[in-house]
Amino acid sequence: MASGIKDKVAILGMGCSNFGERWDCDPEDLMVEAFEECLGDAGIETRQIEAAWLATAIEEIHVGKGGLPLSFGLRLPYIPVTRVENFCASGSEALRGAVYAVASGACDVALALGVEKLKDTGYGGLPQRSRGVLNSMWWANYSAPGAFAQLAAAYRAKHGIAVDELKRAMAHVSVKSHENGAKNPKAHLRNRITEEKVLDAPMVAEPLGIFDCCGVSDGAACAIVTTPEIAKSLGKTDLVTVKALQLSVSNGVESGYSSWDGSHFMTARIASRKAYEEAGIKDPRAEISLAEVHDCFSITELVTMEDLHLSPEGGGVKDVLDGFYDADGGLPCQIDGGLKCFGHPIGASGLRMLYEMYLQLQGRAGDRQVKDPKFGLTHNLGGAPHQNVCSVAIVGSYDG
Amino acid sequence: MIGLTAFGAYIPRLRLSRRSIVDAHRWNQPGLARLGKGERAMCNWDEDSLTMAVEAARDCLEGMRDSAVPAVYLGSTTLPFEDRQNAGILGAALGLGEDVRTADVTSSQRAGTSALMAALEAARGGEGGSLVVASDQRRTKAGAAQELQFGDGAAAFTVGREGVVARLLGMHTLSVDFVDHYRGANREFDYNWEERWIRDEGFLKIVPRAISKALADAGVEAERVSRLILSSTLPRAAEKVAGSLGIPADRLADSLHAGVGEAGTAHPPLMLVQALETAGPGEVLVVASFGQGCDVLVFETTEAIAELPQRRGVQGSLARRREESNYNKFLAFNGLIEREKGMRAEVDNQTALTQLYRRREMLLGLVGGTCDVCGTRQFPKSRVCVNPNCNAMNSQSEFRFSEVPARIVTWSADHLTYCPDPPLHYGMVQFDGGGRIFANFTDVDVGSVEVGQRMRMMFRVKDYDDQRGFRRYFWKAAPEFAPQAAASASAAGE
Repeated sequence: MASGIKDKVAILGMGCSNFGERWDCDPEDLMVEAFEECLGDAGIETRQIEAAWLATAIEEIHVGKGGLPLSFGLRLPYIPVTRVENFCASGSEALRGAVYAVASGACDVALALGVEKLKDTGYGGLPQRSRGVLNSMWWANYSAPGAFAQLAAAYRAKHGIAVDELKRAMAHVSVKSHENGAKNPKAHLRNRITEEKVLDAPMVAEPLGIFDCCGVSDGAACAIVTTPEIAKSLGKTDLVTVKALQLSVSNGVESGYSSWDGSHFMTARIASRKAYEEAGIKDPRAEISLAEVHDCFSITELVTMEDLHLSPEGGGVKDVLDGFYDADGGLPCQIDGGLKCFGHPIGASGLRMLYEMYLQLQGRAGDRQVKDPKFGLTHNLGGAPHQNVCSVAIVGSYDG
Repeated sequence: MIGLTAFGAYIPRLRLSRRSIVDAHRWNQPGLARLGKGERAMCNWDEDSLTMAVEAARDCLEGMRDSAVPAVYLGSTTLPFEDRQNAGILGAALGLGEDVRTADVTSSQRAGTSALMAALEAARGGEGGSLVVASDQRRTKAGAAQELQFGDGAAAFTVGREGVVARLLGMHTLSVDFVDHYRGANREFDYNWEERWIRDEGFLKIVPRAISKALADAGVEAERVSRLILSSTLPRAAEKVAGSLGIPADRLADSLHAGVGEAGTAHPPLMLVQALETAGPGEVLVVASFGQGCDVLVFETTEAIAELPQRRGVQGSLARRREESNYNKFLAFNGLIEREKGMRAEVDNQTALTQLYRRREMLLGLVGGTCDVCGTRQFPKSRVCVNPNCNAMNSQSEFRFSEVPARIVTWSADHLTYCPDPPLHYGMVQFDGGGRIFANFTDVDVGSVEVGQRMRMMFRVKDYDDQRGFRRYFWKAAPEFAPQAAASASAAGE
């Protein structure tokens, strides 16, 4: 029986660039901005990094393929650099590579960096590219908001919820994230909005209006990881360690078998259950202090809270409307503004979530600081509800 | 006995009000107002002669999907490919297999009837069960009279020796190089000569001569003709032909001009289908088709016509209707205006022909798999069964989903993805009996879609590759349409 990743790897340092429409920045600028902060935080030099993982999802937009962009950008000393891509979970995937490398003993210090340069397309939203020679011939033509909007139709049908009530809960999700993002100096969107504004916004994909969709941003985030012992030897206190890293990838049941009803994420249910087990968490609703979930769209966040076993099935609407996930609620969610307002440079997003958890667990989150957090959960969802990859990570204070 | 053994039709759901065309051109073409009554059938943005042909053929083959079809003849002058056999795509979409003779018949407005004659001649030689389809989507310049007169549509027949519902009594063709209009190679639009000359020197001289010879071939006197199926956009031309032959004007079949428009090579076949839908046994139907001469066929309905299962046909197609009064949409769908499509439309839709060939049954025929171990139906067919309790390897036989009814599991209406007619609707549809697909929807109205709604798959254009002149076809989900329900609803309304 495998012992899992719990407490084998500590975060030595982290950095995150400002997210947003960084018209004046190349990917190199974004990577270096995040890395400078990270290196200073870790208190080491570049030459001490023994292996690196680069996450970027849409490589043809400026960043490039392979490990070269990272090795060139940071002038890494000819070490192993691996580029990973797993849709929106790419950043978490880079972290997994670095954490597993350290846990295996193959190296002492490893870097995970995620970066995306999306604002070189000429239009809003994600870049539209061919989905490949076969998929493009039979997959429905669709966009990300249209794919995730499918959840709303199925969720309403399953739980018998009126469209107005669901829209109101979805609006609350976005209003809450704008409230949080306004306090975050690195966030892409820092304006507060009202429920009325969300409900009156132009439609993007029924029933998602423009304020039900997250920002599309440029940005980078990174982490340097090592063992708790080495971290201590470097003089670090208040260590944050990795408690769980899980990933679940669809194999076609949702899109090809007849069992899935379209209202939830099969992968998130599986990945979160395994993550709680790996972290030794029995009652996630009570034990998880904070969550950064993949709120690409308001409806995604709403159903995800159920899939993470934080809200009971069918109870997400009530919890959201009750303010359970607000900054002053029982389980603050998207305390940094989330994808919605911090922004969503795809390859960087998983590491951006971790960055906030790391700050919160060390009591360094400024205006956004939550009182005495113990466990922070991050969740990425890449693809579409009917076929996706889902990562769940849990980090917490180190007691050892 | 040889003759027609089944028939079917398809008319696009969209009907453009002629008033909207007249209004748009009134500033420079006030004379068009005389043609401004009624409506014309109009292809949706994802329909063309080939997709309409598939629908007419499916209607025709209703209830006889297991019968072998030895040959497919496709008549049209508006086929999507000049050099890639269109009848071959039609056969593949219908899942007729590879042991089938296929031919495109084109270049004349007679192409529909000429295709039918070729199949009947083959039936005389012993070939039974061939499929004949005529389909046209004729483009005109904006503001041409023909824009008001034409319409889009398709008709299909099976021809053979068994189960004949309309026996062939005789036929005749006159081939005359009378050039009323022409369209040169690589030209987009027809060039037309003067109407009065076409009528007086062409139609009224050539058509009666051809009909007389066909009646003589059939051994039928003019007074025995129950229905004269003859269409022309020329004023009173059909009436004059009937009069000159001694056929009473009330025997002229409905021209379908009021609600459909002249559907090119498909028009005489469409009128023949409509006549067959209402005909009892023992009726003599004469169908004539004018174009560089004239084809004439003489049929007599048999007792078997009463036993043919009900189909959508022309009546059902007319009932499946949505009025369109936005002429700009017609201009856009027909490429008659340069429109801003947004940068999302710039995505390169090159088709890998190698891939298209490897998966041709899946892509053209919507063929998936059934697991021989657990019985799970799945799309696409895969090497490992999708059932999580099975996952057998190499266990699947082919299963065709195109004719299986489905229902909506999830959906959205997307304003972001490029679509010529936004919003783009799509969602997961679940097939009765198992299997599902995340599919684009077509022929849906904003606000009309809901979870659980019954859907039917239709063969449509998925993407246009304007850079290379290619178009991709695939299957989409459209709201189910029940001709019986529509008929009884309209009867109740009366």
